[in-house]
Order: sequence, then structure tokens, then C-alpha cells
Amino acid sequence: MSQVLQRTSATGTRATKVIGALAILVMVWVVVSGLILTPQDVVQGESVRIMYVHVPSAWIAYLAFIFTAVASASWLISKKHSMGFDRFAGASAEVGVMFMAITLITGSLWGRLTWGEFWQWDPRLTTTAFLFVTYVGYLAVRRLEGSAEQRARRSAVVAMLAVLEIPLVHFSVVLWRSLHQGATVLNPNGDVKMDDLMLFTLFSGVVAFTLVFVWLVLHRQRTMLLVDIANRQGLDAAIAARKTEGSVR
Amino acid sequence: MKDAGFIFGSYFVTLGAILVFAFVTLRRAKESSQSVDEKDKTWL
Repeated sequence: MSQVLQRTSATGTRATKVIGALAILVMVWVVVSGLILTPQDVVQGESVRIMYVHVPSAWIAYLAFIFTAVASASWLISKKHSMGFDRFAGASAEVGVMFMAITLITGSLWGRLTWGEFWQWDPRLTTTAFLFVTYVGYLAVRRLEGSAEQRARRSAVVAMLAVLEIPLVHFSVVLWRSLHQGATVLNPNGDVKMDDLMLFTLFSGVVAFTLVFVWLVLHRQRTMLLVDIANRQGLDAAIAARKTEGSVR
Repeated sequence: MKDAGFIFGSYFVTLGAILVFAFVTLRRAKESSQSVDEKDKTWL
């Protein structure tokens, strides 16, 4: 079984195959329901269809960045400093940056239809763009020269600081006067005024994107482990060659 | 459907980004796995 899996994917297992298949199924439902089955919104009209991918992508990006911070804190706190935490943090941030980019692009397409502009320097949009740039910076820090330990320590500190931006982004619509609408589902009153099918499609989007997130992170962190092992083997070989060179002299 | 270009475009961008990310990840995994022993692939 393991040999069969390896032929198809170097980092795949039966679990990732099941998660991947479920993600595709739920995603197909979201596309069909979001584009065809759901009614148009009384206020937003057809542009509400963009919300079924825009809102889940924003939520999953937040989730990914929170996971990055938790894994980073775990790396810093744990006595063993397991590199598994660091790899998970990095993989989660990469996937989070992708979802944040989707949020910004789909949001700007929605903004063009609703506000007549692709971009406004509105508090929600500006803080979201700042969050995106911060995590691109986090990924750049991970690529700095140095050992795996140094990479983990530097990036863990950046991740712990960067996550503090998430409440700022989420509550920016309440803290400042914003063009962006307030929370419809996660509003403080708890009364969701949405059509049942629209709400179900929105939550299906959250489920689909969560499955995609899990699938991508599992594959990405295993790839990172493979790269770390290959680098370590390369370093060991270089040290051995140098020692042989020294003993010959 | 009114404004179809923007609406289909947002779905295209979303699915496209996910597919490209998945493809690049799997390709990198395949490349990296060639130089690593089977015993180090703990998930298999």
C-alpha cells in the first residue's frame, strides 16, 4: 500500500486521499449552489455569490494564522523544540497567505460591483492588506540564511507578533467608520438574517476550505520535512568529505 | 446573470489559486522525496 501511495504522491496517505476527495465533493456543491441554486440578495443582487468564496477564504486565512501562532508558541515553550511545530507553523502560514490573497482579490471584485471601485483605503481593506503583507514578510523571514533552529526561533517571534493584527482586522468595521459591511454571521447579537440555503452554502464553503486547508498543510509540512532531511544529509556529506580531506593531509 | 464576469472571475481565481498551490506542493514533494530514505518518511 505504501509503495502504491508513494508512486502517486510522495507525501500522500490514505487519510489525505479521503480528505482531498471530500474537499472536491464539498467544493463542487459550493460552486453549484453559489452560482446557480442560491437566490440573489435583496440589497447586493447577484454580487452576493462572491461571498460564498470570499467570506470562507477570509475565515480560513485567520484560522491558518492563529494555528501558525499556536504552533510557534508551542515551539518556543516546549523543552525539546520539536521542529514539527515549526514546519506546521510555516505550512499553515503559506496556506493562510494563499487564502488571504484570494480574500483580497475576490473582495476587490465584489467592491467593483458594489462600490464601483476595485479598491478603497477603507479600515477593513487597509488592515487586511497590512495583514497579508505581514505574513508575506513572515515567509520571507523563514527563508533567511541560518540553521533550522535559527529559522524556527526568528519566525516564531514574528508569528507571535503578527497574530495580534487579526483582532484589529476583524473589529476594524466596528472601531472605525468603514465602507465594508459589518459581520452578518459572527455579529455580537447572534441573530443571523440570511436565507437558509444561502447560510448553508456559506457554511459549506467554510467546510470545503477547511478540508482544503488540512490537505494542503499535511502535504506542505511533509514536503518541508523532506527538504530538511535532504539538507541535513547534504550537510552531513559535506562534513564527512571535509574530514576525509583533513585526514589525508 | 448580470455581472457574470466578476462573479465567475472570483470563483476562477479561488479554484485556480488552490489548484496551482496543490500542484506546486505535490511537485516539490516528489522532487524532495527522491533523495530521502523510505524510513525517514514517517507518514508511510
